Amino acid sequence: MSTEDQKNTSVNVTRRKILTGATGVVGAVGATFLAVPFVSSWQPSEKAKAAGAPVNADVSQLQPGQMLTVSWRGIPVWVVRRTPEMLALLAEENGSLRDPASDESKQPEYCKNNTRAVKDEYLVVSGICTHLGCAPLYRPAVGSPDMSADWEGGFFCPCHGSRFDLAGRVFQSVPAPTNLDIPPHHFISENVIRIGEDPVEGGGA
Amino acid sequence: MSHQTNDQSQAGKSTVLGWFDERYPVSSTWNKHVGEYYAPRNFNFWYFFGSLALIVLVNQIVTGIWLTMSYSPTGAGAFNSVEYIMRDVEWGWLLRYLHSTGASAFFIVIYLHMMRGLLYGSYKKPRELVWIIGMLLFLVLMGEAFMGYLLPWGQMSFWGAQVIISLFGAIPVIGPDLALWIRGDFVISEVTLTRFFALHVIALPLLLVILVFMHLVALHHVGSNNPDGVEIKKLKDNNGIPLDGIRFHPYYAVKDAMGAVFFFILFALVLFYAPEGGGFFIEAPNFEPANPLKTPEHIVPVWYFTPFYAILRAVPDKFLGVVAMGAAIAVLFAMPWLDRCKVKSIRYRGNSFKVLLTILVISFIVLGFLGTQPSTPLYTKLAQIFTALYFMFFLVLPFTSANEKTKPVPERVT
Repeated sequence: MSTEDQKNTSVNVTRRKILTGATGVVGAVGATFLAVPFVSSWQPSEKAKAAGAPVNADVSQLQPGQMLTVSWRGIPVWVVRRTPEMLALLAEENGSLRDPASDESKQPEYCKNNTRAVKDEYLVVSGICTHLGCAPLYRPAVGSPDMSADWEGGFFCPCHGSRFDLAGRVFQSVPAPTNLDIPPHHFISENVIRIGEDPVEGGGA
Repeated sequence: MSHQTNDQSQAGKSTVLGWFDERYPVSSTWNKHVGEYYAPRNFNFWYFFGSLALIVLVNQIVTGIWLTMSYSPTGAGAFNSVEYIMRDVEWGWLLRYLHSTGASAFFIVIYLHMMRGLLYGSYKKPRELVWIIGMLLFLVLMGEAFMGYLLPWGQMSFWGAQVIISLFGAIPVIGPDLALWIRGDFVISEVTLTRFFALHVIALPLLLVILVFMHLVALHHVGSNNPDGVEIKKLKDNNGIPLDGIRFHPYYAVKDAMGAVFFFILFALVLFYAPEGGGFFIEAPNFEPANPLKTPEHIVPVWYFTPFYAILRAVPDKFLGVVAMGAAIAVLFAMPWLDRCKVKSIRYRGNSFKVLLTILVISFIVLGFLGTQPSTPLYTKLAQIFTALYFMFFLVLPFTSANEKTKPVPERVT
């Protein structure tokens, strides 16, 4: 039916337009609500959220300079027992780091210190590169053969060449924007670290 | 236009076809798109790749359906079910290799198809939408390939997906939540695997098929370009048929069939003698099951993503790297407007365009190589240089193409 026909049969065009518009608006609102379950179903399920229970790492067998990997929430968490030489080097590197004081990085308040640790000797750090999520490689030795000559020990991400020192702090001019994350953790005994849980108030640290 | 097809229609005639034509546009559709689709008579080698892409798409869909019958999209079962297909399913190895080698063949064909567009200015007026729908196809194809690569649940599947999904995490403010939403878990897990499976086997293929349909509808509406870049619709005979046009069927149907035969010979050689493409089509770490605690020493995407991956790595900033990679693809969408030269074909264009296009192609190939290599200081420097050259093409082109010294374009195809 053409517009002319509509005029002849005295169809109220304005009313048609309002009705069409109203239907469109109601339909759009409805479609938005309908989209909610589809979009939300992609969020982590309750099951996935529940999988974040803390894990214990026994470091009694860990020799100075060695690293241990434990899986927490499906991500690798490293425990490194640092030697006094390694700790001494950390202080010297501040000039070449992007975020030496960890102001921009993620760590619990009790690890926002020079060694990024509860006990200086033990570094507990998330093994996920802050660039694009690869697991960096542990290259603790000064001048490791596959690294550059001025390498002072740390972590190297093979994916895009990001470099971190032995406190998980990122060097300048690499793609990773921040230091490696430090997960919440505390010592439940002399040799056992509980990862994924903050220390209990007043409890042994 | 339509009077031609109506003449040929069997509607009203007492034949079987006539019966159908009265109820469904069988003849007229056939005539519009095949029987009386007039294509320029001077198509060359570069014009094989459109039809080849269609053939590869059919291969991917058919082998994909068959693979789905034996594949198990679970964290515990995915890797093993692929090995089951390779070892225990009758002819399963062939179906799997047809699919995995087909994926690489798809990109070879598509890159050459896009190259043809750049050579002969097929993206220019009035074919801007043909180009843009084609670019959308390219985007969807990249998503399809990326999601498909997760399914074997090998080391490279896992870590490749980890890196690419983390790209979204680089977006300010919403990034981390967006990456979490895409993964559906705090790390890549079975949740990610099952949703990628759903997208890979139904959502994206459906989108691909719809876009291919639209690509062809747009092309047949404006007509094909040709190596001379002249519009054959300008000069028509008394019946309204372009003087330089020949019917798609039988002329190009037969030509394309011949192209397909040569393609199948090459494809079969790779399929039977180097199905993993020397580690480029299926990478070595992917024969090891996914391990969330250990990244392979040397992680690279499959070859067809490496040029863009090299651009990502070249930029020493997380967010800007992602922006550069996105821009490298997005800028191609703007080609119809960045290139302001009226002359379409490279045959009659000035030296500035020839030089620029050569630089673009070299940059793309070098970046593709660099993307497969570990990042050393030298390679990073090279990647930065060639990333700059890649973008230079698109930045300089609008200026050089506006007053390019072109050669005279012939009235008719040569």
